[in-house]
Amino acid sequence: MPDVVISAASQVLAHVPSLARHGSKPRRELPKSAEQVEKFAAALRSFDDAAAYPPHQAWIGNVHPRDLPARPWADNAGAPRRTGRFGEVMPEEEFLGLLAAVDEFELLALSPETAKAAAAALAGHPLAKAFDLDRIEKAADDIEAVAAEPKALRLTDGAVMRCAQADDESLSAHVLIDNLAAKATAALALLHLLERSGIDPASVDYVLGCGEEAIGDRYQRGGGNLAKAVAEAAGLTEASGADVKNFCAAFVPALVVASSLVSAGVFGRVAVISGGSMAKLGMKFQGHLAKGLPIMEDVLGGTACLIEADDGRSPRVRLDVVGRHRVSAGGSAAEVMKALAVEPLVRHGMAMTDVDDYATELHNPEITEPQGSGNVPERNYRTIAALSAAKGDIDRTDIASFVAERGMPGFAPTQGHLASALCYVPHALDRLTTGDARKVLLLAKGSLFLGRMCQLSDGMSVLLERNEGR
Amino acid sequence: MLKGKKVIAVGERDGISGPAIAACAKAAGAEVVFVATECFV
Repeated sequence: MPDVVISAASQVLAHVPSLARHGSKPRRELPKSAEQVEKFAAALRSFDDAAAYPPHQAWIGNVHPRDLPARPWADNAGAPRRTGRFGEVMPEEEFLGLLAAVDEFELLALSPETAKAAAAALAGHPLAKAFDLDRIEKAADDIEAVAAEPKALRLTDGAVMRCAQADDESLSAHVLIDNLAAKATAALALLHLLERSGIDPASVDYVLGCGEEAIGDRYQRGGGNLAKAVAEAAGLTEASGADVKNFCAAFVPALVVASSLVSAGVFGRVAVISGGSMAKLGMKFQGHLAKGLPIMEDVLGGTACLIEADDGRSPRVRLDVVGRHRVSAGGSAAEVMKALAVEPLVRHGMAMTDVDDYATELHNPEITEPQGSGNVPERNYRTIAALSAAKGDIDRTDIASFVAERGMPGFAPTQGHLASALCYVPHALDRLTTGDARKVLLLAKGSLFLGRMCQLSDGMSVLLERNEGR
Repeated sequence: MLKGKKVIAVGERDGISGPAIAACAKAAGAEVVFVATECFV
């Protein structure tokens, strides 16, 4: 089986405070209380605060998650830095323009002032040549008139989203803006990847999407294909694509499928991409407001990574070291973790201490704890360490050091697929090339039961390994 | 303790799943009227 590598990866954030109220939770809860609406608006962060926020700096590659300062992170933030080695944090003014630039159906209307400001800002962006700036100007409209159209959605003071068909829920304004935002963030990440890696866009054969958004109309809700739309938006003229769905866990199956396609010789280069989940914006706002915290779910993530045949230097994807959660496996957290973190290593005679970094669910705990959801990565790492002790790879007294050395604090927004191993990929590439790691295990879990078709969870893991050269 | 009681079993994905809670409650004599597992992140 020919070796396959991840040759490049990028990550971006779009800071969208005005869109936060359109997340699923705020959209349902805010209309119940005028007081909450006021508090919500007052608790939104400025761009500088969001860009300086240390987990966001980890996201764009300016700090490794293990080197994050002490919490609360906002109190220990440095200067805001918009760009990092993996990507950027894009301000809302520009992101509204980017949404218009990738809006093929002219569904988004911007006020003339908003369109002008966005086009001017994006014209000075390092990726400006890749943006369809004309489309932004075409989006300029009388937004009061557009807002009065049936089932239009007022997004911000300067932006309104039309519905595509009034009697099709799947093409309603709020579903379409979710999908357009996912497309825009994924396309931005992919453009950064192309720019930073210097590869020819026409050399990418296929794109796999692993985001959570469901594209479609009433006859095939969720049956659509965002990946190819993103490929087009990023100028991958020779690529096709498709989406891989698996709730939060979709990235690892998408990576394994992409790597298998390359290993089998079907395609030479495959990009795995994902966009942000607008539905998750402000999801835990009640806990944040109750504790006097800012609304921290105010960013949309986008990611891209590139899979190709062994280049002799990039980290290898070990397709022979893949873990999967079988139907017959138990559903407890420990059983899921055994299937993902223990079984594939045991199969190859590896100790759990052979893995330098475990990339699991890396939700930012400062977002989840105030709402009572606890510290998700810490729970995962304790389980992994306990399994390592049970297996005899470490002593029980070494559990804390195992967690500290091989785990890390969560730094991802609560958009599940982004948090589930995916956010660590560019860091893993660093650690496995210029860093001192030899093995990184990516593992993702998905809550299949949320779709009410089964009571199961799912999960998949795959080992990345330093390339020792051909 | 649960004999003759109606039980709603709501599990958590990182903890105990809904069906596992339901099985225990049923074994203890409860009537399980609803089972679900939720994700709180």
